[in-house]
Amino acid sequence: MVGIKSYGAHIPRFRLDRNIMQLALLFLGFGPLRGEKAVANWDEDSITMAVAAAKDCLKGENKDQVDGLYFATTSQIYSLRQNAGIVAAALDLATNSRTADFTDSTKSGTGALLAAADAISAGSLNSCLVCAGDCRVSKVGSNGDYTYGDGAASFLLGKDDVIATIEGSFSTSHDFVDRRRLEGERLEHLWEERFIRDAGYMKFIPEAVMGLVKKYNLNIKDFSKVIYACAFTGAHAALGKTLGLTPEQVQEPLLMTVGDTGVAQPLMMLVAALEDAKPGDKIMVVSFGQGCDAFYLTVTDNITKVKDKKAIKRNLANKVPLGSYEKYLAFRKLMPVEIGIRGEETVFTSFSIISRESRELYGMVGNKCKKCGTPAWPFQRVCPNPDCGAIDQMEPYRFADRLANIFTYTSDFLAPSIDPPSSYGFIDFQGGGRCAVDFTDCDPNALKVGMPIELSFRIKFADEKRAAVNYGWKAMPVVA
Amino acid sequence: MAEGIKDKVAIIGMGCTKFGERFDASPQDLIVESFVECLQDSGLEKKDIQAAWWGIHMPDISMGRGATALGITLKLPFIPITRVENFCATGSEALRGAVYAVASGAYDICLALGMEKLKDTGYGGLPLAGGLGYKMPLNGFNVTAPGGFAMMATKYFSQYNLSPQDGKMVLAKVSAKSHKNGSINPKAHLRKEVTVEQIMNAPIVAWPLGLFDCCGVSDGSASAIVCRADMAKKFRPDPVFVKSLQISCSSGEEMLYTKWDGSHVEPAYRAGIAAYKEAGIKNPREEVSMAEVHDCFSITEATAMEDLQFSARGHVKDDIDAGRFNADGAQPIQIDGGLKCFGHPIGASGLRMMYEMYKQLQGKADKRQLKDPKIGLTHNMGGFPSMNVVSVCIVGK
Repeated sequence: MVGIKSYGAHIPRFRLDRNIMQLALLFLGFGPLRGEKAVANWDEDSITMAVAAAKDCLKGENKDQVDGLYFATTSQIYSLRQNAGIVAAALDLATNSRTADFTDSTKSGTGALLAAADAISAGSLNSCLVCAGDCRVSKVGSNGDYTYGDGAASFLLGKDDVIATIEGSFSTSHDFVDRRRLEGERLEHLWEERFIRDAGYMKFIPEAVMGLVKKYNLNIKDFSKVIYACAFTGAHAALGKTLGLTPEQVQEPLLMTVGDTGVAQPLMMLVAALEDAKPGDKIMVVSFGQGCDAFYLTVTDNITKVKDKKAIKRNLANKVPLGSYEKYLAFRKLMPVEIGIRGEETVFTSFSIISRESRELYGMVGNKCKKCGTPAWPFQRVCPNPDCGAIDQMEPYRFADRLANIFTYTSDFLAPSIDPPSSYGFIDFQGGGRCAVDFTDCDPNALKVGMPIELSFRIKFADEKRAAVNYGWKAMPVVA
Repeated sequence: MAEGIKDKVAIIGMGCTKFGERFDASPQDLIVESFVECLQDSGLEKKDIQAAWWGIHMPDISMGRGATALGITLKLPFIPITRVENFCATGSEALRGAVYAVASGAYDICLALGMEKLKDTGYGGLPLAGGLGYKMPLNGFNVTAPGGFAMMATKYFSQYNLSPQDGKMVLAKVSAKSHKNGSINPKAHLRKEVTVEQIMNAPIVAWPLGLFDCCGVSDGSASAIVCRADMAKKFRPDPVFVKSLQISCSSGEEMLYTKWDGSHVEPAYRAGIAAYKEAGIKNPREEVSMAEVHDCFSITEATAMEDLQFSARGHVKDDIDAGRFNADGAQPIQIDGGLKCFGHPIGASGLRMMYEMYKQLQGKADKRQLKDPKIGLTHNMGGFPSMNVVSVCIVGK
């Protein structure tokens, strides 16, 4: 039976205390705000967060079996050029994979997951990776500004060795306008909160839950967790009562710790639920957008074999305070920042290079000498081992999933950066190979020679003149 | 059997502009300024020059590519001119072209001229590494020159168990010495003594390097006229003879393979060995009277002392503490202030180093004059510690 084989998540390391937001926005008449929200680093976006969640999800899984990747987001980077294709390239999935973007509604994440399940059921796909990530930007001081948080979730779906089977689904569609953005616009527009709450969440969530229960003749009391998306803490609690759920049955919505992560929210909650699930548990998931997708799962014995995931718990624990609202504005390009005349120098993006050398640039695939075993990145035709030097004896070798140690480093105040200093260094991979990389998500003062490093797919630079966001792998201290 | 070039070529004229933030001067002004001095010093006329080598690293921010910039600026009469570029070793590359052309017997008299106009960019530091190609931003990292060399300092400190404080102190002494030397050089960019304390407390540019660990970014030009050694004394009584001029280029081993220790520059070591062999120097620490080395950053000078075998590996600190490389020490280094204080207009720097060796060997170095130096060495490095070219040139009377 089709189900979830593995899960993963990503929550950006920076958290913004909403009290700091309130102080900055006092002039707009803001009252007290509660909790904190996860803020993507300047080099993160929906694509990079999806890759991070997928990397977490694929850890220990056989990637060769994966023949599909569906990516859901409402903060898509390209509207022409498939975003899922970039995620697939970063994960170095086989090129004979089916990839698709699911966009435009916050229920697209569950839409992608159900589409993947159906494709596997139908026998079209063997195993499909579903990623959902959002990094949404709305106007300063808007409701979205303080409720939104950034994050991503990922699931590997398949037929064998599943940790939870997908038992059934029920969907609704309403042209309900809670938020919107026209082609070419960057910031979202939100409609009245009370309307969204009362005419949206309070109506559509119960409709979907009841629809699912009725369709499959279920008893809501049998569910160990019910997950339903909701941007508002109060409305989320009220819905639990409306649905007749006990507090234990209600999956915590992450609003005070991460924020409303859009397409990712119900799926991140599902990751959190699976982290605590026991064999036999029944879990219901309900998304919210222009209507809802509802589906339910039964957890299998395989759940006990899951290990070594960052998922929600480790990601929640890995945090540093962002410290200022202005830094958030700078990171999201809501405020022009002087990064020096040096930073204005034009960097040219050649899509010929990106297309030709995608495996090296996005997949961080280098090669390994068949003669002496020396790995190298970037690609080398001639083995760099001075005692070997073999020509064209190379086989592909992916570095992105490997651990490394800092060989040497610096933190550079001259290099143009929105968040100086710019830290970078040489890293030596466990298993061989040395390369120079930018560092990210690190405290410059805590870097040490020898420090263990893992790799993270990030934005390298944006080339606005050529409509390009350029990505690559960076090094960061191993997340505990 | 290759014969090499030892004592086949002499330097008979040199010129060097004042280095600095020459907001007053165009690239043409700088070229003419160094050329006029060089030509006058040689006593020759322009028509005597049979071929020229033109060194400029970043022509795209000043004069454009190709050899024409030099030919047109100086109105050289349709002679062969070659533009050369080899990162920050470009000046030495121009000299190498001229010296090897004369040594080959193809010409009697050649010109090498280097110039760089860096201060038209509007910002400090070197322009971005666009010279590494379109792919560099995609698979490279956000590196700057100070950052690239700071990584060598980080590794050096780690490898030899120096605390950041102790390591920075060693480097501060390197810079303090060069500031002292530069303060009495009228052509130097930075002419101010600074204390070790000021250096230690300066703002960080790229950890662990601070402001005074970094050389000046300057405009300037330097040039040399070389001729067949056997005709040199016809032109002047005190020509300077080239004993060797070697260059070594990284093989990729340092940046890709995990053997390199990160705290030395392999091509500097290799170029040194090759240059000593050709010049017949057995003990560089004792036989080389003085040197101008590529102190783009304090750590570069410190490791160059070890790469050139002036100090034992890991022990440059002892020699620095003992004042060995000071103007009054046993082996003065950067007697003109070095890149640190004389400044670093990239295409000119290798020739500027030679300018000081030339003047010192002739006894014409004014207040900086050392007592009867016999052998001078220049060490000119281009690139980063992990990928670079280094030239080592040895000259004597």
